[in-house]
Amino acid sequence: MKRPIDQNIKDFCSEVGAAGPVAVEGGKTRWNLNGFPSENTRFIKAPKGILSAKPEEMTVTVLTGTPVSELHKELQTLGQRTCLPDRGGTVGGALAVGENDLSVLGKGRIRDSVLQLRYVSADGQIISSGAPVVKNVSGFNLHKLMVGSLGTLGLFAEVTLRTNPIPPISKWFTAASKHPQNVFDIVYKPAAILWDGETTWVQLEGHQRDVEQQVQKLLTIGNYEEVEGAPGLPRCRWSISPTEASKITREETGNFVASIGVGIVWADKPQSTKEVDPTVRRITNSLKSEFDPTGRLNPGRYV
Amino acid sequence: MNYIQRIQKKIKDYRETKHLSDNPLVADLQKVLDRERVLENLSDRISYSKDESVFEGGIAGPVCFPLSAKEVQAIMKVAEKYERHVIPRGAGSGLAGGAIPLGAPIVIAMTKMNNILEIDIDNRIAWVEPGVINLELSDHLRPLGFHYAPDPSSQQICTLGGNVANNSGGPHCLADGVTDTHVIALEVVLPNGDITTFGGIDAEPSGLDLRGAFIGSEGTLGITTKIAVRLSPNPEDVQTILISFPTMRKAAETVSAVIADGIVPAAMEAMDQRTIEVIEQHTPSGYPSNAGAVLLVEVEGLPTGVEIEALRICEIAENHEAGEIKIAQTSYQRDALWKGRKSAFGASTYLAPNYYLHDTVVPRSELANVLDKVNDLAEKNNLTIMNVFHAGDGNLHPLLVFDANEEGTLARVHEVAAEIVKISLDAGGVLSGEHGIGIEKQEFMSQLFTDADLDHQNKLRTAFDPQCRINPGKVLPTGHSCADIQTLNKIPEGTWV
Ligand SMILES: Cc1cc2nc3c(=O)[nH]c(=O)nc-3n(C[C@H](O)[C@H](O)[C@H](O)COP(=O)(O)OP(=O)(O)OC[C@H]3O[C@@H](n4cnc5c(N)ncnc54)[C@H](O)[C@@H]3O)c2cc1C
Repeated sequence: MKRPIDQNIKDFCSEVGAAGPVAVEGGKTRWNLNGFPSENTRFIKAPKGILSAKPEEMTVTVLTGTPVSELHKELQTLGQRTCLPDRGGTVGGALAVGENDLSVLGKGRIRDSVLQLRYVSADGQIISSGAPVVKNVSGFNLHKLMVGSLGTLGLFAEVTLRTNPIPPISKWFTAASKHPQNVFDIVYKPAAILWDGETTWVQLEGHQRDVEQQVQKLLTIGNYEEVEGAPGLPRCRWSISPTEASKITREETGNFVASIGVGIVWADKPQSTKEVDPTVRRITNSLKSEFDPTGRLNPGRYV
Repeated sequence: MNYIQRIQKKIKDYRETKHLSDNPLVADLQKVLDRERVLENLSDRISYSKDESVFEGGIAGPVCFPLSAKEVQAIMKVAEKYERHVIPRGAGSGLAGGAIPLGAPIVIAMTKMNNILEIDIDNRIAWVEPGVINLELSDHLRPLGFHYAPDPSSQQICTLGGNVANNSGGPHCLADGVTDTHVIALEVVLPNGDITTFGGIDAEPSGLDLRGAFIGSEGTLGITTKIAVRLSPNPEDVQTILISFPTMRKAAETVSAVIADGIVPAAMEAMDQRTIEVIEQHTPSGYPSNAGAVLLVEVEGLPTGVEIEALRICEIAENHEAGEIKIAQTSYQRDALWKGRKSAFGASTYLAPNYYLHDTVVPRSELANVLDKVNDLAEKNNLTIMNVFHAGDGNLHPLLVFDANEEGTLARVHEVAAEIVKISLDAGGVLSGEHGIGIEKQEFMSQLFTDADLDHQNKLRTAFDPQCRINPGKVLPTGHSCADIQTLNKIPEGTWV
């Protein structure tokens, strides 16, 4: 059965139309990523609203113009959360950018949580990929391709995300430490480990006694104390391997906070651009010309 | 003609229109590989013309066994010269006909690329070749304190390359996700012979997620030659619980209630009355033989969480009329409880010689209603059905057991099979949770997707493989189809569903 399409999506589709440069404005929290839309671009907003939240299915279907904070507020009343980062942006923006939350080890990655995506294509049609169930191998995974595509292949209207129960407790601990990898090695499934070269912050989630027991382990390697939350993060975002992140130095990055076991580093200095493999570039270009032959979607931005 | 016959005809049409031997092609292939790694005689080709699905084989062209990405590249170049299609193949355990060659393509059998290349504990990854058997990887990792999470029931035989192609799942994928959550990078050879890497071991590889688009593409976008998998830490504590219920409805309601309560067990498997009876008759595993259904639930993690959640699950079950509850106290007892689950499929042979294994997914809250409808349908059609499935994620596996020699039975099985797909889709479900579309469920794709949706899926395919050189005739509907019929004596020893 094809799930019916919400009227807001049909309206959004008419607004996108089938011609002329167009881009969706979300919360503009990552607006400067990979170029700016060209001057003659028409800016539109995606529709807002939560269509259904089902804790017993661990799914939520939401229109992509909904702020992540609103989605999370609603889900919280049901004891659920998503892995989307809440940085003041919209659900659609978070999907288009594809960057994970700080607590990715605990919450999971965006790319793994998108179950169904509905987008408006360059020729003005509503396309669905995936399905609103937690397990599915029916057909090609367009919805995976769309995450992180910066609105250059389709403009997102609605998404069904896998949700997860909010753990009973979630706490941050901190101590001076030069070797953050040790924490990763001794703690079972931490939600986050951050390190700025001198201090380590660890986020532990779960049942009270399990967290206490994990803290005992932490105390064997440092004077860990509970704190309110994560430290402030420098502006630039690096993506490197987990082991590189645990060895990073201020010479390379300026001030930094590294996500240990993950490989994200927030730094004063930007990461130097990586070379794109020519074959990857070729496939990327073919995808762009298949999905947006006239280049009308988010022109000026590149992936 | 029913849909199974239509698929059979499609395979046959391809078989009859293509020539079998092609000496210059074989000679060229033997130049780029060793002579003994290119099989060309008819009997070899026939043995690579089938998978574990119901369908009669297509016909394979020469069968090649590369040892490296460079050799795969060389095969692709030869294929290009002769304008020949290619089909990648792992262990051939697929149930949807994905590895059945249509039109005598060159078969690229990946089974000799079977090395675990690197285990990088600090980065929590392993690089493996695609021919590595799923269980061998986990067996290799366990003593190091880690495991590879996806555990398809065919894990003794299936390859990681096949798992990537089919985005395979298993009982323990409920909490932690299926293959695409655990595979972070892939080296692939594309139709024009280019070798490249999708994804990477850095946190958020830049660019489009070509890795995510490739996983689950059923061998139609390229040949995987190397895989970086994530290592999951072994849990500190595990509890395995067997709970009996008067009816499957009560068991299914418990599944929804557990999830709604904010508990995500590592696994939650269901078995119906007939399955329990068959198991207890042939591989006694201590299941209560008077139960209408049982749930086998596993909770993993840190000790307190495991204990609290296990207790809460038992409480929820009791509120749903649970009867006997058994909690395994030792790893021996745990293995005994799993033994029943794992032997269910094999035990079904005692009921009848043939089976038809379905694979659909429905929302958890619809499990009870859908199962009622499926059981009614089987009864009305005078067919025996066993239900043993991944209840936690709503993944049904109705197993119709029958004797194909009884007149009219096969036709009834086909009708019921198509109807089960319809019932699942009507309940808001999907065509497949594990086995994929292959050649088997193509016909049903347009019941789940609009023409425009399917066109867009085809755009993805075209961007990778504009000439449809790799595994043509699969996934997207050309004609259109579902389900697995086969004789049970073909099940490789030790496998279970
Ligand atoms: C008894 C039984 C139980 C099963 N239980 C499960 C289960 O619990 N969960 C589940 O998900 N599946 C299950 N399956 C189905 C099957 O085992 C999986 O789909 C498996 O991943 C297929 O792996 P394979 O190596 O046998 O691949 P094959 O059957 O050889 O091929 C499957 C597909 O992968 C492609 N392919 C293979 N290798 C490559 C490569 N290197 N590069 C590109 N494409 C490639 C092929 O072209 C084909 O389309 C079961 C099968 C059986 C027989």
